[in-house]
Amino acid sequence: MPSSVMPTSRLGDGHPSPAAVSTVGLRKSYGDKTVLDGIDLCIPAGSVFALLGPNGAGKTTAVNILSTLISADAGDIRVGGHDLATDPQAVRAAIGVTGQFSAVDGLITGEENMLLMADLHHLSKREGRRAAAELLERFDLVEAAKKPAQTYSGGMKRRLDIAMTLVGNPRIIFLDEPTTGLDPRSRHNMWGIIRELVSDGVTVFLTTQYLDEADELADRIAVLNGGKIVAEGTAEELKRMIPGGHVRLRFSDPAAYQNAAFALREVTRDDEALALQIPSDGSQRELRSILDWLDSAGIEADELTVHTPDLDDVFFALTGADDSAGTPPNQPKEAVR
Amino acid sequence: MSAPLAPARPLRISLAVRDSSTMLRRNLLHARRYPSLTLNLLLTPVMLLLLFVYIFGDVMSAGIADGGADRSEYIAYLVPGILLLTIGGTTIGSAVSVAADMTEGIIARFRTMAIDRGSVLIGHVVGSVLQCVMSVVLVGAVAVAIGFRATDATPLEWILAVGLLGLVSLALTWIAVGMGLSSPNAEAASNNALPLMVLPLLSSAFVPVDAMPGWFQPVAEYQPFTPAIETLRGLLLGTEIGNSGWLAVGWCLGLAVLGYFWSKSQFNRDPK
Repeated sequence: MPSSVMPTSRLGDGHPSPAAVSTVGLRKSYGDKTVLDGIDLCIPAGSVFALLGPNGAGKTTAVNILSTLISADAGDIRVGGHDLATDPQAVRAAIGVTGQFSAVDGLITGEENMLLMADLHHLSKREGRRAAAELLERFDLVEAAKKPAQTYSGGMKRRLDIAMTLVGNPRIIFLDEPTTGLDPRSRHNMWGIIRELVSDGVTVFLTTQYLDEADELADRIAVLNGGKIVAEGTAEELKRMIPGGHVRLRFSDPAAYQNAAFALREVTRDDEALALQIPSDGSQRELRSILDWLDSAGIEADELTVHTPDLDDVFFALTGADDSAGTPPNQPKEAVR
Repeated sequence: MSAPLAPARPLRISLAVRDSSTMLRRNLLHARRYPSLTLNLLLTPVMLLLLFVYIFGDVMSAGIADGGADRSEYIAYLVPGILLLTIGGTTIGSAVSVAADMTEGIIARFRTMAIDRGSVLIGHVVGSVLQCVMSVVLVGAVAVAIGFRATDATPLEWILAVGLLGLVSLALTWIAVGMGLSSPNAEAASNNALPLMVLPLLSSAFVPVDAMPGWFQPVAEYQPFTPAIETLRGLLLGTEIGNSGWLAVGWCLGLAVLGYFWSKSQFNRDPK
């Protein structure tokens, strides 16, 4: 597995497009613990990029560095065309950030939070009020606008957080685990919000530990593990990297299971679950031939499921093996100050 | 920071003023919405004032001016110290609110926005000085209500007295902001900032320094509160100021500059 992947700056149509975010050799360590160990990224403008990784992989550290919150130890970093080391203020003017921990002022109302952002973006009073009202409406917060933000539910806080990020129309948006801790409905709402952003041409850099989320939203996905990018590509490319399609037969009777395992031979056994896995690409033709084979062998499973490779398989294949060595459990994750 | 400014960007100083006033509005909104912290801190100086005048008053007034003083003379002696203690107490509140604020996610958001970097702190400092002024006015009103009078002071002395109170507020606020920034949370900040309330107790606020044990007199005499109290006493009541005035101004400027650079370096560190 290559430890880094050559950056490409092409969208699907083959036209080169200016990179919204690019890093070469990004490094960060705390003491003698290396958190990011030479990260190379190139994210074309107008695309959605997902940084995928288990807890403690360094996702938040990467976002914190790219959003100018903390400094890198080494590496060339450009965000929105500006060098992060020499002109952080220009980078800040181009980006919007929604961190993992809600960045709203809990003591004041949702509307006051929005007006605060408008003031800090130096909008005129009228413009500010208009932008605030518009975003509160768009994120379904009109009813709660006059209540202190600390009384909001998790989903509402997250929506307010993103609404605040959008004041001032940033062209590049960082979302650090935008759906962690949300219920399924809020999660789907958040996906809708993110898709809407992209349709406006905004570049979205998101981190997530949910594979379906990356699959659902991202044009390109990089898998971060132990401070290194262990794979990068589209969801399809990543899925192709590993075999994993199979038909799974589950038995409840141990004797039937033993018989079937003996008769079928070329299968992967899972003795504990009394399940057998037969390699398959999931096509109708192959499925029929498997069923014929089972019939002729007189095998009747209690349950048959068709499993196509998904990002979970990729994720476990790429991040599973050296998990204990590569990801120290005490990765700093507490709220940034 | 030192990058040359593109002509399209607004002047740094006007940006700083604009962002700082936005931050100030935010802090004043907090103080107005949640006044309990400020009010709790106001309670201490008022209680001490009433305690020392009405409960310990007879003994205390016997202790100054060789036993010939009455209660109103002790009120006059006590009030300048109480006013400075009010400032010390109010700035503890500032340390607490800065520390609490720094644990809020919104500070991380501010750090990733193209705003003047110092504005977060300036907003806290100006807000805190305004709260100090308000607290001094309220405690001063209680003092006048129980009989404090400074009718002999000239307008110039009044102006100097107000200026001194403002300067002390500014100096202690910067120190308090540094304490708040270096504390991991609000509870730690309230402990770390305790000297701001304890030092005035160990000054000439309640009894003259001469009346203290000999070994302790240098501590009481050369700490920042005593010269400030002596100066305020002189300005309002016409007692001897001596070199206390310059000492007080020196302490204030020194503490303000120290607190400013301390706070700035704390705030510019990478957040943990």
